[in-house]
Amino acid sequence: MQLVISGLAMGCVYGLIAMGFVLIYKATEAVNFAQGDMMMLGAFITLGLTNDQYMALPFWISVPIAISLMGCLGYLLDSLIIRRMFGQSQLAVVILTIALGFVARFLAGAIWGHDPQSLESPISGQYFRISDIVIGVPEIWIIGITISLTVVLFVFFAKTKLGVAMQAASQNQMAAYYMGIPVRRVNSLIWALSGIVAAIAGILFASKNAIDPGTGLLGIKAFAAAVIGGLGSLPGALLGGLLIGLIEPFAARYLEGDIARIMPYLVLVLILIFRPHGILSQVQKKKV
Amino acid sequence: MSFLKLTDVTLKFGGVTAVDNVSFSVEKGEVFSLVGPNGAGKSTIFNILSRFYTPSHGEITFEGKSILKKQSHEIAGIGIARTFQNIELFHQASVLQNLLVARQTHRKSNPVSEILFSPFVKKEEYRHRYAVEKVIDFLDLQSYREKFISGLPYGVRKVVELGRALAIEPKLLLLDEPASGLSVEETQDVAFWIEDIKKVMGITVLMVEHDMHLVSSVSDRVMALADGKMLALGTPDEVKNHPAVIEAYLGGSEEVGN
Ligand SMILES: Nc1ncnc2c1ncn2[C@@H]1O[C@H](COP(=O)(O)OP(=O)(O)OP(=O)(O)O)[C@@H](O)[C@H]1O
Ligand SMILES: [Mg+2]
Repeated sequence: MQLVISGLAMGCVYGLIAMGFVLIYKATEAVNFAQGDMMMLGAFITLGLTNDQYMALPFWISVPIAISLMGCLGYLLDSLIIRRMFGQSQLAVVILTIALGFVARFLAGAIWGHDPQSLESPISGQYFRISDIVIGVPEIWIIGITISLTVVLFVFFAKTKLGVAMQAASQNQMAAYYMGIPVRRVNSLIWALSGIVAAIAGILFASKNAIDPGTGLLGIKAFAAAVIGGLGSLPGALLGGLLIGLIEPFAARYLEGDIARIMPYLVLVLILIFRPHGILSQVQKKKV
Repeated sequence: MSFLKLTDVTLKFGGVTAVDNVSFSVEKGEVFSLVGPNGAGKSTIFNILSRFYTPSHGEITFEGKSILKKQSHEIAGIGIARTFQNIELFHQASVLQNLLVARQTHRKSNPVSEILFSPFVKKEEYRHRYAVEKVIDFLDLQSYREKFISGLPYGVRKVVELGRALAIEPKLLLLDEPASGLSVEETQDVAFWIEDIKKVMGITVLMVEHDMHLVSSVSDRVMALADGKMLALGTPDEVKNHPAVIEAYLGGSEEVGN
């Protein structure tokens, strides 16, 4: 039971990062390999604002600041850098995002150092018991916030003008223009949204684990989660994240070390072989 | 003052002059058709009007104002809607969703009250839904309302695209080959719809079409083009019988009418 809850919580973090992958993939058809590092940056910005040795702001003030900063960063990344690559191959965009990931890691190391640090959040380290099961408060928060965020995103895409514009632009850019949608600005806003989601994932991760500049590398597992979910589907991404989150602790418990560590990727390979469009895929052809 | 006025519009693609010094104007309330052999530059004129291309020379005004200062996403907002020669719909969405996207320009944006679904938002949504249902009734799309585009036959998609353009509630409607690939009966429907769009809805129509029968039956005026240049302008009969037009069609692989 404890394994399930901590697996689910970790899966939520993977799922949120995976949603970031999906958002950007649907908008730009390119994979943003810096997504994990954006999560790491979001976590460090919150830590830098909150922890006593840095700015010592109240946690509930630094969280919205960090989230807005990451939103702005996402917006600027697209409008200043990615958009310039228009017309280049998607591979060029992907390589650029890998490079941006290195820059983010380097920056975080230069500002906050390379040692693991813990975010002084009001919830970290607390737990409660139900009979003989120990449940961590951060885990409950992580799961609760992920569920709420998923619901908000769902309503956002279904109901709001901007959400509908985002969906339209990701399905058919040309048609979207002639429906009056400013496609380029909308794409930048999608990057902003994925920065926001990354920041939330980072804060949730850091309220349970210590972070260092290399933390963002777990984005690879989140990428696996996104691919398992079909790379085009937000609920699929979350499901993929949960799957990987659950596999990890169980594999670590019941299998030998090395085999346990490759389990998430083994699942990825199996799913790619048997359901190449992801677990939630309907049969749909992508138009060129 | 002309409703839509093109003056000396020229656009080159490398060595090809796709549109060569073309001038014409469309009056409010008429159906104006562009005809001409393949590659004449008809779709390119539409793409210029919807600001996908910028002409190297010339001026275009709509209701007296230049549209060359506008960007393509601002064209719907000033009241110009279009359909595409090769249907451009949102394929992973339903017919209803496609038509609702067309209401974007009429929507006000406030994500917070939209998520909370305030009474104002509710009223707005009701209004847009009503506008879209009117289009669905007009085009007889009721039975396809919830169907996904990717599963629909070609002819229905064509109608959905027309519906999406109408849901914008434009003043000027650009139709790029509305009848291509349609059966005789479907083409008949298109002819009736264009009549109603003009007479009942009061929308001005600029149409590109190869089917001369359809062109003659709905158009007030016709302009013929070949190789980017204007050949003739007048009533459907005048243009059909114009020597330069007959010559252009005989020179090409196609015939007038079919
Ligand atoms: N994006 C482009 N790049 C280069 N050349 C183009 C482009 N678009 C159109 N052309 C050329 O411009 C000319 C006019 O093309 P256009 O599509 O406007 O013709 P059309 O009259 O619509 O023909 P059709 O009846 O076949 O649709 C053609 O020679 C075409 O090859
Ligand atoms: Mg054409």
